[in-house]
Amino acid sequence: METIDTSFFTTERAGDFNVVGTSVERADARGHVTGRTQFYEDMNFPNMLHLKMVRSTRHHALIKKLDVAPAMKVPGVVRVLTWKDVPNNWYTILKLIGVGPDDEPVLAEDRVRFMGEQICAVLAETPQAAAEGAKRVKVAYEDLPAVFDVEEAMTSKPFTHHGTNYYVYEGHNCRRIRFGDVEAGFRQADHIIEHRYSSAPIEHAPTETTGCVVKPEGNGRYTMYSNTQALYFTLDNTALILGVQFNKLRMVGGTVGGGFGGKVDVIVEPIATLGSMLTNRPVKYAYSREEEMQVSSPRAAERIYIKDGIMKDGRIMARKITLYVDAGAYCRHSTYGTTKAAAHMPGPYTIPNVHVDAYCVYTNRTPSSAMRGFGVTIGDFALESQMDQIARFLGMDPIELRLKNAYRDGDMKAHRKEVEGAALVEVLQAAAKQSGQKLKPEFLAMSSLKQERINGKA
Amino acid sequence: MAKLKGRGVAAVNYPTGMNLGGDPSQALIHATTTGSFVVTLSSVDLGQGLKTVIAQIAAETLGIPYDTVMVDTADTDTGPHCMGTFASRGTHRIGNAVIMAAREAREVLLNVAATELEVDAADLVTDGKGRIHVNGAPDKGIGVLDVALAAHFKHGQTISGRGIFLKPKSTPVPETGEMNPDSCQAHACTIAEVEVDDETGVVRVLKLTNAYEVGRAMNPALAHQQIVGGAWMGISHALYETTEPYYPDRSHGAVDFSEYLMPGPADLAEMDSVIIERPASNGPYGAKGIGEMTANSPIPAIANAIFDACGVRVETLPITPEKVLRGIDALHAGNQV
Repeated sequence: METIDTSFFTTERAGDFNVVGTSVERADARGHVTGRTQFYEDMNFPNMLHLKMVRSTRHHALIKKLDVAPAMKVPGVVRVLTWKDVPNNWYTILKLIGVGPDDEPVLAEDRVRFMGEQICAVLAETPQAAAEGAKRVKVAYEDLPAVFDVEEAMTSKPFTHHGTNYYVYEGHNCRRIRFGDVEAGFRQADHIIEHRYSSAPIEHAPTETTGCVVKPEGNGRYTMYSNTQALYFTLDNTALILGVQFNKLRMVGGTVGGGFGGKVDVIVEPIATLGSMLTNRPVKYAYSREEEMQVSSPRAAERIYIKDGIMKDGRIMARKITLYVDAGAYCRHSTYGTTKAAAHMPGPYTIPNVHVDAYCVYTNRTPSSAMRGFGVTIGDFALESQMDQIARFLGMDPIELRLKNAYRDGDMKAHRKEVEGAALVEVLQAAAKQSGQKLKPEFLAMSSLKQERINGKA
Repeated sequence: MAKLKGRGVAAVNYPTGMNLGGDPSQALIHATTTGSFVVTLSSVDLGQGLKTVIAQIAAETLGIPYDTVMVDTADTDTGPHCMGTFASRGTHRIGNAVIMAAREAREVLLNVAATELEVDAADLVTDGKGRIHVNGAPDKGIGVLDVALAAHFKHGQTISGRGIFLKPKSTPVPETGEMNPDSCQAHACTIAEVEVDDETGVVRVLKLTNAYEVGRAMNPALAHQQIVGGAWMGISHALYETTEPYYPDRSHGAVDFSEYLMPGPADLAEMDSVIIERPASNGPYGAKGIGEMTANSPIPAIANAIFDACGVRVETLPITPEKVLRGIDALHAGNQV
């Protein structure tokens, strides 16, 4: 168990509490370890249908022909849903907070833009019949050129519905941060240090795969039992896609076997609810492990270029960042994650000149979306690897380099928000202390607080 | 052939909440006839312990025992709106909404108690154990159960409260990126110690020493759970995981856990962590969100430790044995020139 080091921020952290700050037992612990917790998959209803999705086997292709008749011949198959069944087939998840455009179809229409894209949904009496039906659906493709590299995608022929292979931020092809004069900062600097960092997509790997069970209640309403991380996002988007009044839908959830951001997209619920409406039967749509790994949104791959102008004493005078987020074929939450990445730069340091271009780029791969540390985790890998390269270049202690540049209360961040509640200095001091590293007195004496507060004048 | 040891440092900050379009969550609280309190939400517990921490916050604010609070979530027919559980927002947003609702309910609770005791409500305090009494006079008091019964059956009063927390919409300025996207920042520093086998390229993380600044550790055991789980995810991201091992090439994608590599129990490092607290002015009892941040500092700390150990700078995640070996080969080739 972690200890709380109370020697930091003693005045601010003072407080007299009854139960806050105590380790009461986790409310769901006993239910989980005794197998009594109810998850959505514990909802089993008579006459429930199982949904199996037919998915694109191509990265980018025209659908020349879709033949679902062979699937209907499989005993137990009840219905096959195509895009023609979906009342409002084009959507985007963040529509409800004013983000557009609608860039993704619920079910593919004349083309597919990534391998694994949803084409049509087979509803059957058993999971086996649904799988067999899905196998028998015939799709004739005509391949189109696919783009997989974010920088190539910026200049290659647009493949998206909305006409650009990048998200347009108020007339710009990227989310910008402009603070100070980065070129002037480079001219002032003693050294320029420039590196490129990158990552590949990462899976959330939850214990419980994404899924839902939708049940018609017989009164015109439908209950969606789901493991979504966001009930209202799911409910509202489902209602918009299906063109039904919001209060015809009810969501029951709240217990999730691992989220990590992997259950904030709205993929399984709209199509399962549509199936339930059209058959008047309960419908279950659960991802297999393969679907969870290759079809559900991963953490975006990123490519990050950092150029720093530094002084001999370790101060960073200018930082220029060019960052590409690989959104995959559709936007989902990537526009938001890219803005979050931009706002996070240049890390927890006070740098007088900062220039960030953060691109949200579309490629013909599985759409990426939210994941723990959305927009920040890979950026931190790049920033903190870069800090280490600077420390080694200058022969400085890596903790002291960070302390020299650490942001503190009252400093201005690059996105023009004044710093308050900073504690970077203190976590560096605490980690050094914990590991037995002795810092020089001037670094031990540092604080995130403004000088007048340290002296007790304000 | 040798096992080379190295040490690496990384430090990070992490925003609590992230807002583009306004970021609200709501809570409703009411007392039962017998003085239990129900917190009604539509929020999702991912296993991080949201329901537990919310009950703690409600109990603390109401001034009643933790085990008399029930959390009813998540059903959209009964629970008021919640944006969702993501962006390290749960404890902060929902916690603030619960405090607001609990304050309103507490006011009614104390007013009814004051009527029953024939005293001024302003003179009353709660002992957190189920009793309300006059400040400084523990004998002049009444149980929460009796107050609830009286409210229901004598006074016709609902002991209830409504709460909402809204981080208002912030629209970035297109030219400069000026924005106010988050509520506060949590902080972390990791010192990683690794061992690199220069024959196989295999990296073993020996120890992670961490300091986390979390605002306030509402439930230290749950903070511990986040810290350990996050650090393991950090090790996994640093050294093992990807769905596209030859990215940007799309081939060889893993489809199950025998192909998708993650560390097993024997691959996990010794952990030595310390928490420090700088309460956030806008957080519930000062709490900041820490759920996401805990995975972030271990990744670059491990990358930096690998460089310290063997002189290989891997700038592409994950840092597989293949990349380490190719780096070592390149170093040797360079030395021979």
